Amino acid sequence: MNAKTRTVSAASLALALGAAVALSSAAVTTAHAADNEKCFGISLKGKNDCAAGAGTTCAGTSTTDYQANAWKYVPAGTCEKTESATSPTGFGQLTEYKPKA
Amino acid sequence: MTMGYQHELSNALLKVQHPCPGQLKTWNGSASDSRFAVYRNNVISSLINALADNFPVTLQLVGDEFFRAMASVFVREFPPQSPVLACYGASFARFMEVFPPAQGLPYLADVARLEFARIQAYHSADVATLGPEHLAQALADPAALEQMRLTLHPSLAVLNSPHAIVSLWAAHQGHVDIARVNPNTPEHGLILRNRMEVEVLQISTAAALFLGALMDSHPLAEAAEYAIACEPEFDLTPLLAHLIQTGAITRYSLSNSAA
Repeated sequence: MNAKTRTVSAASLALALGAAVALSSAAVTTAHAADNEKCFGISLKGKNDCAAGAGTTCAGTSTTDYQANAWKYVPAGTCEKTESATSPTGFGQLTEYKPKA
Repeated sequence: MTMGYQHELSNALLKVQHPCPGQLKTWNGSASDSRFAVYRNNVISSLINALADNFPVTLQLVGDEFFRAMASVFVREFPPQSPVLACYGASFARFMEVFPPAQGLPYLADVARLEFARIQAYHSADVATLGPEHLAQALADPAALEQMRLTLHPSLAVLNSPHAIVSLWAAHQGHVDIARVNPNTPEHGLILRNRMEVEVLQISTAAALFLGALMDSHPLAEAAEYAIACEPEFDLTPLLAHLIQTGAITRYSLSNSAA
């Protein structure tokens, strides 16, 4: 035992690891895996998963470059549907807005 | 081609105001500067497309026009250092943080970090993982567990953000209704490749602290203490079970002996 008082004992670690091992062993053949996942959270996968990135078969086709000054445009994507504490409407907006005071 | 000429050519490709390199000749005598402009456009737009492929949710958040305009500035300032385009954009998130037109969306950069972490996870090395039967052996000597160190899979990354990055990303995968996401909720994301598939999981602050400590080679007891100090109710079992089931543990050591 260390001089410092441990709030986590070897016994509690053994209990946690033992239970995790048991859960995982059972998971191979039973529904325990799904139960455990539910209690911990669901792992999310990408839609049409394209995790390989650019230069792979996921890559799109060529389009024309925009003018470099085009960033005068303000974001116009799904941010409009996303809450924004600084926005008067409470959501992101298509046009520039003055932040709420 | 000399190094000097290569430099002149690549500079001219990235910078619109640079003239077409003088030595360029066309086979049929047509204007070389207009032909060079076509080549330049293809180079820039293919790099912008690479970023659009690597950051699809970031693109959806700001829209195509804004994303491509922002990317075109980034591409010219930070051209790729590697021919592997899947690795392109490591500094794109940092760029967004200081890119003035993106300041209204403070969560954008961290969503981009999550997207880049997924690609890195996909391409990370294959490493043999420990199953429950391997970890059961460590239970033979419970007293040694305090000093147990776990090595996690190279694909595993933990992202800590003051914004709802996992929910925002999930909303663009159809898992969550984006109108219900408050982007200003702090979230922690666990990214890891489970066999062939990259998974994203929202985890608690305590779980993020625990994993961060393990990645910094802290022993199990210490890592658990960080988590419990943050969240007294923290239950280690489901997190450990999740790590075992997803093949996230690749090695363990008990003080000096390694398995």
